[in-house]
Amino acid sequence: MMVINLIGLALIALIVWWFWLYKPSKAVDSSVESITIVVNDGVYQPSRIKVAAGKKTTLQFFRKDGSPCAATVLFPDVEISEELPLEVNKSVELPPMSSGEYPFHCPMKMYTGTLIVE
Amino acid sequence: MNKLTGKLDNPPANKSTQELIIEGAGCASCVGKIELALKSIPDVDNAEMNFALRTVSVTGQVGAERLIKTIEAIGYNAKSANETSDNELLDEKEIVDQKYYSSLMRQMWIALGLGVPLMIYSIAGGPMTVDTTLERGIWLFIGLLCAAIMYFAGKHFYVGAWKSFINHTANMDTLIALGTGTAWIYSMVVVFFPMALPEMARHVYFEATAMIIGLINLGLALEVKARGRTSDAIKRLIGLQAKTARVVRDKKEIDIAIEQVLLNDIVRVRPGEKIPVDGLVTQGHTSIDESMLTGEPMPVEKVEGDEIVAGTLNKSGSILFKATRVGKDTALAQIINMVKRAQNSKPPIGRLADIISAYFVPVIMITAVVSALVWLNFGPDPALAFAVVSATTVLIIACPCALGLATPMSVMVGVGKAAEAGVLIRNGEALQTASKITAMILDKTGTITEGAPKVTDVLIVDNNYTEEYILTVASSIESGSEHPLAQAIVESTIEKGLEPENVTDFHAIAGHGVEAIFKGQKLLFGNLKLMLKYGVALKDFVAQAQQLATEAKTPMYLAIDNKLAAIIAVSDPIKNDSIAAIKRLQANGIRVIMLTGDNIATANAVAKKVGITEVFAEVLPEDKANKVAELQAQGEIVGMTGDGINDAPALALANVGFAIGTGTDVAIESADITLMRGSLHGLADAIAVSKATLRNIKQNLFGAFIYNVAGVPFAAGVLYPFFGLLLNPVIAGAAMAFSSLTVVSNANRLRFFKPQDH
Repeated sequence: MMVINLIGLALIALIVWWFWLYKPSKAVDSSVESITIVVNDGVYQPSRIKVAAGKKTTLQFFRKDGSPCAATVLFPDVEISEELPLEVNKSVELPPMSSGEYPFHCPMKMYTGTLIVE
Repeated sequence: MNKLTGKLDNPPANKSTQELIIEGAGCASCVGKIELALKSIPDVDNAEMNFALRTVSVTGQVGAERLIKTIEAIGYNAKSANETSDNELLDEKEIVDQKYYSSLMRQMWIALGLGVPLMIYSIAGGPMTVDTTLERGIWLFIGLLCAAIMYFAGKHFYVGAWKSFINHTANMDTLIALGTGTAWIYSMVVVFFPMALPEMARHVYFEATAMIIGLINLGLALEVKARGRTSDAIKRLIGLQAKTARVVRDKKEIDIAIEQVLLNDIVRVRPGEKIPVDGLVTQGHTSIDESMLTGEPMPVEKVEGDEIVAGTLNKSGSILFKATRVGKDTALAQIINMVKRAQNSKPPIGRLADIISAYFVPVIMITAVVSALVWLNFGPDPALAFAVVSATTVLIIACPCALGLATPMSVMVGVGKAAEAGVLIRNGEALQTASKITAMILDKTGTITEGAPKVTDVLIVDNNYTEEYILTVASSIESGSEHPLAQAIVESTIEKGLEPENVTDFHAIAGHGVEAIFKGQKLLFGNLKLMLKYGVALKDFVAQAQQLATEAKTPMYLAIDNKLAAIIAVSDPIKNDSIAAIKRLQANGIRVIMLTGDNIATANAVAKKVGITEVFAEVLPEDKANKVAELQAQGEIVGMTGDGINDAPALALANVGFAIGTGTDVAIESADITLMRGSLHGLADAIAVSKATLRNIKQNLFGAFIYNVAGVPFAAGVLYPFFGLLLNPVIAGAAMAFSSLTVVSNANRLRFFKPQDH
């Protein structure tokens, strides 16, 4: 029983670490490589994207997931919401932004991504 | 190729043929130049321009961007004709939704095909335990069948769960995958190693796995259907766009796709047709139904020089007009854009749900583990089976979707509903604040009143003259003046079909009025001071003039040969529904205040007429914002309504700025909320819609919170020690599937909301 309880507690610790404490550091730099953000199976891929500060940016999205939730991407900080047609390249233009991290997500926040402006 | 529109019906996937629309190609010689430039690109096989349509089709392995750059380099503008229009996007979206719906329904039938018989068997008392070798064989077969169902009907949950897991996020898929996975794995352990488990715990839960997958697919499918209806309003707006336009090119009228209409094109619209782009009437006259944009039911007369907007309906005459705004620049396109953006923005009330959503799924996973541990440590036999059931049920019943959907769905419907009533709400925040307004400042001129002074009374003093003659005389003398009241007189006269004539010896006397000679008669036209100055006998007509002043009219005296001939009163008439609309606002408990630069007497007279008791009069334009600040300092949540031009600072400072548009000439970007028609009823409508939407959001959030707060502990088994109640995972699956459907359906109820009749 002791072992089971310990396994249980370890599991809880693992959940806390994996979903909350772990901070991903990897981000794709859009100025180095041209990227297309694929929207499928509940995630944006890649989901952390570096862009240059103070410049207009264009992001390419490609949606494969048919669910209605995935059909819109929001950048709440710059008041942008764009429809992403299924299986069509869609470019989303973003205004120049100052340095910082900006989230983007679907209306329900099930799909989430981060824009790292620097 | 569609001959009529010059557009490809089905653009091939690899797009080896590009269709471009050329702007700025005014002469036939441009054709050769453009074709040559395009053909000189190495990868272009051929380029052919259709001059009438101003399109060029290019074959070859080259992207549109490069073609456009080449065309721009030789001095023209070009855009791709293959870009999907809103209309096409909408059609496509419907097809996608339908496909998604069908696939979910198919998956539902597959899963329920196994789940329902098993469920019936279990309810009928069939043993779900594994004791004999035969039972092991049968359950192994069913277990494998169940695995196949998980693959064919539930693959999307597992793939989604895995993908988000490796991205350190968790969502609804995670919960469903974990819940059904736990039930299946435990059941397979029972089948393979029954001896490793206590006898009472040798129970299989394959029916739960299959049923849950089936029910959640069903819930998702119904949600897709219900969601489709939440965007009805935007569909209707997009549907207002005409698909083709008839333009005059090379002296011929041709039908072209709406995307190909260029700036300054002359467009023909016949009765019964929609106006395809914004423009100015150059020939003909007609009446146009603008109700779809402004909510104003009366058709509007349009003559040469008048502005017309895309999406409205030409009722009576055939007209030619010059395109002044096309494509994404038309008022309709901007409205659609704004409504779309607003529909996806979130009011502050939704932020709490967002924060909760971010932690929700991991918290539920932890709850499931804790619940299993508690059952294992303290539960009755078979503790292991109870632990598995409770953990599975906790994972399945928790519904992050209901929380996530609560706000966006209502905003989507509410903003759309408002747009239908001619009220454009900029974002979720404006929507929420509008529902809380306690004080409303109304600008007088152009907001409460028409903003265009008119002659209201012609009081004939000397019966030798007719009203027509008096007006002709007055307008003749005033036609040289630029004073707004003078212009009002001239316009009113012309409206009556009378023509101003020439006067001589015209003199303006500052602060008094004007004098002139008309057909040998000496005319004096102005205020009381002018009459007194020249010693014109007024008798008891001064009292009548004062009476007019208290009715918010400005009286002017006309003397012919030093004898009083008439009194003409000019006023800016109050819009005919201002009184009723202000009453509606006051009935909502809103303090209504009038703000104006006019003198106190006129202001008070207007205020009294419309039932307003508080007046800020003689306010300089730059002080309007201070008045807003004053009210805010008193703790009011202030709405400010103005025409959006000289009121901009006050509109910006107010908690909610309302810009009132006249007709469709709207300053869309200038305010939090734009009223497309001049009527103040739009204000009351906006507030009513925002209140209804906020109420709907609160219901949704409350429902979603309560559902999760009550459902999760119940699933974990907190009622078991007291009542012996433990939730069946299948029921949890059904509850979860229908909880988000309930939220979407409740938001859909808003579609039937009607602002009070007026």
